[in-house]
Parts: sequence; structure tokens; C-alpha cells
Amino acid sequence: MTFNIIVLAKQVPDTRNVGKDAMKADGTVNRAALPAIFNPEDLNALEQALEIKDQYPGSKITVLTMGPGRAADILREGLFRGADDGVLLTDRAFAGADTLATSYALSMAIRKIGNFDIIISGRQAIDGDTAQVGPQVAEKLGIPQITYAEEILNIGNGKVRVKRRLENGVEIVESPLPAVVTVNGSARACRPRNAKLLQKYKHAKTITERQNENIDYIDIYSSRPYLNLTEWSVVDVDADVKQCGLSGSPTKVKKIENVVFQAKESKRLTDNDYDIEELVKELIENHMIG
Amino acid sequence: MNNIFVYLEIDEGVVADVSLELLTKGRSLANQLGCKLEAIAAGDKLDSIEKQVFPYGVDVLHVFYDSRLSPYTTLPHTSILVNLFKQEKPQICLMGATIIGRDLGPRVSSALGSGLTADCTSLEIGNHEEKKLGKVYENLLYQIRPAFGGNIVAWIVNPDHRPQMATVREGVMKKEIYDANYKGETVEHTVNDYVKDTDFVVSIIDRHIEKSKINIKNSPIIVSGGYGVGSKENFQLLYELADLLGAEVGASRAAVDAGFAEHERQIGQTGLTVHPKVYIACGISGQIQHIAGMQDSSLIISINSDPNAPINSIADYVITGEIEKVIPKMIKYYKKNSK
Repeated sequence: MTFNIIVLAKQVPDTRNVGKDAMKADGTVNRAALPAIFNPEDLNALEQALEIKDQYPGSKITVLTMGPGRAADILREGLFRGADDGVLLTDRAFAGADTLATSYALSMAIRKIGNFDIIISGRQAIDGDTAQVGPQVAEKLGIPQITYAEEILNIGNGKVRVKRRLENGVEIVESPLPAVVTVNGSARACRPRNAKLLQKYKHAKTITERQNENIDYIDIYSSRPYLNLTEWSVVDVDADVKQCGLSGSPTKVKKIENVVFQAKESKRLTDNDYDIEELVKELIENHMIG
Repeated sequence: MNNIFVYLEIDEGVVADVSLELLTKGRSLANQLGCKLEAIAAGDKLDSIEKQVFPYGVDVLHVFYDSRLSPYTTLPHTSILVNLFKQEKPQICLMGATIIGRDLGPRVSSALGSGLTADCTSLEIGNHEEKKLGKVYENLLYQIRPAFGGNIVAWIVNPDHRPQMATVREGVMKKEIYDANYKGETVEHTVNDYVKDTDFVVSIIDRHIEKSKINIKNSPIIVSGGYGVGSKENFQLLYELADLLGAEVGASRAAVDAGFAEHERQIGQTGLTVHPKVYIACGISGQIQHIAGMQDSSLIISINSDPNAPINSIADYVITGEIEKVIPKMIKYYKKNSK
């Protein structure tokens, strides 16, 4: 028995790492200073996929991401850890997508990949924390979803059994395949990069990367087809442009306010009631707590 | 038509607090917009739902009674909302940002092609101008939420799609009886008109209560204690504050060595490295080994009786005082100001 597994992943700015270096003088975040990483819960999802492959050798894992050209970095990261293939969905027409337009685009790419048994993704991405894309992809594909998964317990005979993490307990559910499973951060951490795979896939590149980098050893891409990362545009996945990007997004951002922190000089407070209440009020107002 | 709908989360016949909080918010939005507040109850044991929700100002309660609808599974509840909304055309739909709401909301929004904003911290009514189109939308729902790890606050609107959907976490909105004698109308629906048998393909094999593991690393707020906390008993104050803030409790090595806290909570060079949004250091002097594990926190608050504790130099706020005095006051003023 083998399975075709699609892992949905996102490259995100490391918002957990907003240290003092990433703060601008006006107290706002310097987004450019944040490193771009493989969304943490998507790594938990990849691990669940790799465990299926461990158990059923010959299973195939395709990592699918939507983003700008540099998001190919996380496809390579996936290959280094044991995935078999990477697909980058990239097009200007995808820019400004909210979760619904993103889900539409991903679902079209998934249809194009075709022949899948299970789709696994992280529960949510740390830049938006919405947890919406997994369920919306499932709806677009018309297949069941299992969210907040902590472990895929078993898969086979057209079914998947999953342990979910609820607010105050766990639930074991069984769904027919194909299905979308979204994985929690409380699931097992992803295995590290494998040195052999790192060697093997070091030069894996998308067509755009190959064109831009003017590589001398270009021949290797025809002799080693596994080094070709798939790159698809709106047209490649037969998507309706009106349902993509900004125009396909029912939600619009009206405005953005930066959360401004106090100056870095320590503010000295006493333990009297007035000081403590003012501090607590300020923290609530700045959305730091509450 | 064009009313506000709240999806009720029901466990063993009891409506969840988050749903009552949303009814309270929904009632005030409905008053502002001059429309009705409607609620949806799907499951079994629904006899006392009317009694529970009418005092919050519900005008219409939609009841879907079927034992297959409890406990919650995604597909049948989605079908109920999607088909009900196609008939009723609500302008706003609110649900809890709980595991159920965050499972159900996106599925419903995708099926209806309407926008959904997760984890709103504030909901307001206002106008919106699309300058490019030269068009002004009146009385939209402003869905206000932190994003980007809490570093920005975004105001989201859904100009052209209905319902405008939002989820809100428990405890963010106030829960308040509107009128103890308020009487709404109950509409009982035939469940089979809304759901298909194929909606029941996912089955629940088992459910049980199980404590989750300590998850300090991913916690946005950490209340951390050092040797200066003084005792295991005093550490309880930290847990109390942490529970209230949805935070985790961390500890310095000295506190762990003294037996005040478990080893899994240790933060520092030989423990965990954390970078939460808020780090509240209680009775921690600030040895280098501890600082190394938490200095990248976005905001550091130090509570220490020693005004010259080394940690104070990297803290954004320094409260000079005893833990036993300061933490109960923080708890008191958080409770007073958070709702």
C-alpha cells in the first residue's frame, strides 16, 4: 500500500522572533528584518506525512506552497527533510489574496497535481493565525476535513484515523479518504534535515531560479529531473483570475495600525494601586494582553 | 432578512459562555443597525436553550434537533448553516474562535464565498469608502484583530459579500443579560431538509478529557518566577495570573533547583529559549544564563523587590515591590479592565 500525500506549506516571517533588533525607532516592527521560515506547524504536518512514508515505503510526498519566487526555499527545505517533490504556485495575480482566494488557488493546484489520498497542512500560519486555509481548501475540493490533529494514528482501506486536540481533551475521529488534515504545534516536531538529501537536492531549483542564476552546469537539470522544482502560474492551474488575489478576496484590509511599544528605557513603577492599574490598562489597550 | 446570526456552541444542553458573549455583542450591533438578532442551535438536549438565550435579546431561535448533530462534526453543521443562510441572507454571522468555531467558520465561508475574519478583538459598525470605485459602503462590520504575531492591528471589512463573518475568542466580549423577560420566537427546522446522509461520513470513535502538555515555547505570554518568589506556595500566584492571561508559567534555574517549579518550565541557557510577546519576570534577578533564554521577548516586565536587580536593565517596565503584593493587584486590575 502506498499513498500520495500533499503537504501544504507557507513561507512566513518569523513573527515569534520579534526581538529588539526587529523594532524600528518608532516602535513598529521592521518586517524586512525578520527571517523567512517554513511555517512551524507546516513542519509538524510534514512530519506526519514522513511518518506515513516511513510506514508505507513508496508513498510520495509533494510539498505545495503559494508565494513569491523566494518561497522555493521552503520546497528545498521539505526535500532536505524527506519530501519527494515541490510545487511553487507563483503569479502576480495571486498577490493580496485573503484566505479564501488562497484556498481557491491551492485547490486548483491540488486538482492539477491530482490523484492524492490525503492533504496535510499546519493548523495555521504564524503571520496571520487564522487557521482558515485548511478547511477552505477541503470545502473547495468537496472532501472532509480534520482540524487540530495531533497524530495520524493509521491510514489505509480508504480511511484515516486521527487524534485531535480539543480545548480540554482529545477526540479520535475517522474519515474516508481523501481528506484534509490540519496539524497542531503539539504534534511531534519535524525530523531535521538529512545530510544525504541535502547533498542530493542542494541545487533543486524552479525554472525562474535557473533562468535568473545563469548556472554553468545547466545540463544537470536534464540528467537529474528530480532537481526541477515545479513552478505554476494562474494559467498553468486553469484558475479563474477573478477568483485569485485581491479581486478574489471578499475581505479587504481597511487599515493597519502598528502596535507601538514604549521607549526602550525602562519605565519605573512602584507597587501602588495606581501604577499597577495604569500598566495593566496600557497592556490591554496595546493588545499585549487580554 | 439581513439580520445578525450567532452560532451557539452547546455542550450537554448548556450554551457556551463564548456564545452568550457573542449574543450580547450581537444584540448591541442589531440595535445599532435596526435589525433582528437570531441564534442557531443544532444538536440534541435543546429543551432549555430558549430559556438560556432569550434573556440575551434573541429575537429568533432556529432549532435543529437531531442526535446525530451531537457531538459536533464539521459537515452536517456546515450544511445547516450554509442552507439556512441561503434562505435567510444574514448580514452578519458571529461564532466563537474556539476549536469548533475555527473548524466550522472557514468551511461555511468557503461554501458561501463570503469573507471571514478570525479572532477579532473588537467589532464595530462604520462606513467604508472604496476610493478607486468612488463608492461608499454604509454600516459595514469593522472586524478588528491583531495580526503578525500581535505586532499590528488590522481593520478588516467585507464590502460586497454576505454574511460578514467573524470569530471571537472566549472572554473578549462582555456577557450581559439584555432583558430577563425578553421573549423571542422559536423556529424548529426539519434537519433532513438541510443535511444529507453523506454529511455523516466522519465518525467520532472516542472522546476523553486529557490534560495537554506544557507548551511554554509557543505561548505568547509567559509569567516566569525566580528564587525571589520565595516558595512553591507563592508560585501559585503566578499560575493564577497566567491562567487569567492565557499564559504559561516559566521559571529560572534557581527556582527549579529550589523545587518551586518543574524542570520542563526552566527558561535559560540550560532550559528553554523563548521569545514571547510579553515576559513577566517575577523575583528573577537576571543571571546571564537566564537572560540568554528570554532577552528576545518583545516586552519585558520585571517585578522585583530589589530596584537594582540586573534584569531591570533589559526590562521595559520595572515594578519595585513584593510579588505577594504586586501580582494580586495585577489580577485585580486585569479583571476590572479586561471586559
